[in-house]
Amino acid sequence: MAEKIATREAYGSALAEFGEKYNIIVFDADLAEATKTIKFKKAHPDRFFDCGIAESNMLGVAAGAAAAGMIPFVSSFAMFAAGRAFEQIRNSIGYPHLNVKIGATHAGITVGEDGATHQCLEDLALMRTIPGMVVLNPADAVEARAAVEAAILHDGPVYMRFGRAAVPVLFDQNNYKFEIGKGITLAEGTDVTIAATGVMVEQALIAKELLANDGISARVINCATIKPIDRDLLTAAAQETGCVVTAEEHSVIGGFGSAVAETLSETCPVPVLRVGTNDVFGRSGKVPPLMEMYGLTAANIVEKAKAAVAMKK
Amino acid sequence: MDSVKLQELKKTAAEVRLGIVEEVFNAASGHPGGSLSVADIITYLYFAEMNVDPKNPAWDDRDRFVLSKGHTCPALYAALAEKGFFPKEDLKTFRRIDSYLQGHPDKKHIPGIDMSSGSLGQGISAACGMALAGKIQNKDYRVYTVLGDGESQEGQVWEAAMFAAHYKLDNLCAVLDFNGLQIDGKITEVMNPTPLDEKFKAFGWHVICINGHDFEEIEAAFNEAKTVKGKPTLILAATTKGKGVSYMEDKAGWHGKAPNAEEYAQAVEELNAYKATL
Repeated sequence: MAEKIATREAYGSALAEFGEKYNIIVFDADLAEATKTIKFKKAHPDRFFDCGIAESNMLGVAAGAAAAGMIPFVSSFAMFAAGRAFEQIRNSIGYPHLNVKIGATHAGITVGEDGATHQCLEDLALMRTIPGMVVLNPADAVEARAAVEAAILHDGPVYMRFGRAAVPVLFDQNNYKFEIGKGITLAEGTDVTIAATGVMVEQALIAKELLANDGISARVINCATIKPIDRDLLTAAAQETGCVVTAEEHSVIGGFGSAVAETLSETCPVPVLRVGTNDVFGRSGKVPPLMEMYGLTAANIVEKAKAAVAMKK
Repeated sequence: MDSVKLQELKKTAAEVRLGIVEEVFNAASGHPGGSLSVADIITYLYFAEMNVDPKNPAWDDRDRFVLSKGHTCPALYAALAEKGFFPKEDLKTFRRIDSYLQGHPDKKHIPGIDMSSGSLGQGISAACGMALAGKIQNKDYRVYTVLGDGESQEGQVWEAAMFAAHYKLDNLCAVLDFNGLQIDGKITEVMNPTPLDEKFKAFGWHVICINGHDFEEIEAAFNEAKTVKGKPTLILAATTKGKGVSYMEDKAGWHGKAPNAEEYAQAVEELNAYKATL
């Protein structure tokens, strides 16, 4: 069994680590213990600024600090960063294209017991509509750490999505290279492509094994970058496998699945079926039964993959 | 203030007001009322207070300005043009599809604009971020921002007010242009945010109340702000919406309306007549 680490843990560790090498500053809105920016605060107390429970101002302050030449990271739960402060991100960060890095944690249904008000299933959709915004959704701790450094080195606004729950470490830090805008083919296959992002990458890999048992060869692609989406990799996969299933811990409306469908409708129109939450709010509960209830499972990916393959004929 | 400086500032402010009228008339759109109310304050900032270089708008050590009430950018553009950041002739292109002079301040494309703004309540937060960055980087630049009185109805203004006091941003000076009117009427009738001096004091700011059309009071306030340690300063400036153009003065209807040709001619005549007395 692989080691399990929440991507928010990796985010906090990465901030503390890269705070040595890069002159970053970090803002939080009274959630440092939860977003794990507390690790940066402990390592670099003079560069950490709590903004209190006032997210709109926090995003604006970060915009001003970036306009004055700094590299600010801003953290809160996805709901309150991408959701509550959407317009501040659009107008004060996106429009002037300022160098602000938004580290949003507790995204998706895996928030668990806190329930619907805190389970943000819309952030990818919101963030990718903003011109010039880079949107990243790492699948594990290794990818989360790499995404943080890539964000620091990227000149412009970046939205990073991290989860609350501990998830298996899928990648090897020693030979993992992260490039914004590039997906990674994790497993070759010829009958169907499963394009997954975030916590659903693990489910996609399980689905591939289940499909193999039924004689279906599935390719698995990990898209940690939602925007700019890896057009070339997805198009080639669609051409070579003839159908696609997307998987995300997010609404099927406007997020990763939408981005893939939009892309392929222009480059290689093939059946694209989406796994995600289906136009519903979440609810309280433990994570595994929630994932089950909302269809965020390998079994659901398998079902959709079979349907997609059938549509090819 | 010596009489020469006072006369020069009055003349410059008259030029800025002529620029505002020129912009809004040529665009056949824009916000003259609040631009005219804030014209003297912006004139003072750019011609007597702030350390800026029109030849090097992105100079690292410059003082920063954020027009939080971004819709009144005709005043800011006119001042920037007068100062030499871009040609005065360009003011006539305001809001045109082929112009860089956008309907609200655009940091990316307009020389001298330190922050994009226009969505009310957001500029003061950006100004806080700039002031904090100045503290972190041990820079001695100052940060100025101008808010509208109606804008103070935005909750974000008070989040920012709390932040500025908490982090002791004494390098931040906000001016609140209290002309008493907003789109739907008198601010005290639409949604009363007063007493604003008491509210900012309660939030931990140093507050100075002045007549926002009196350059000697404006100068004294900015000078006092520079002596305040450990807290940000708010200059609460009582002004007249539409100041300088008789038919626009104290009329909410001129918040976001452009003059027609006849009205334009009258405004130019009035402002030129005033200038001739200086």
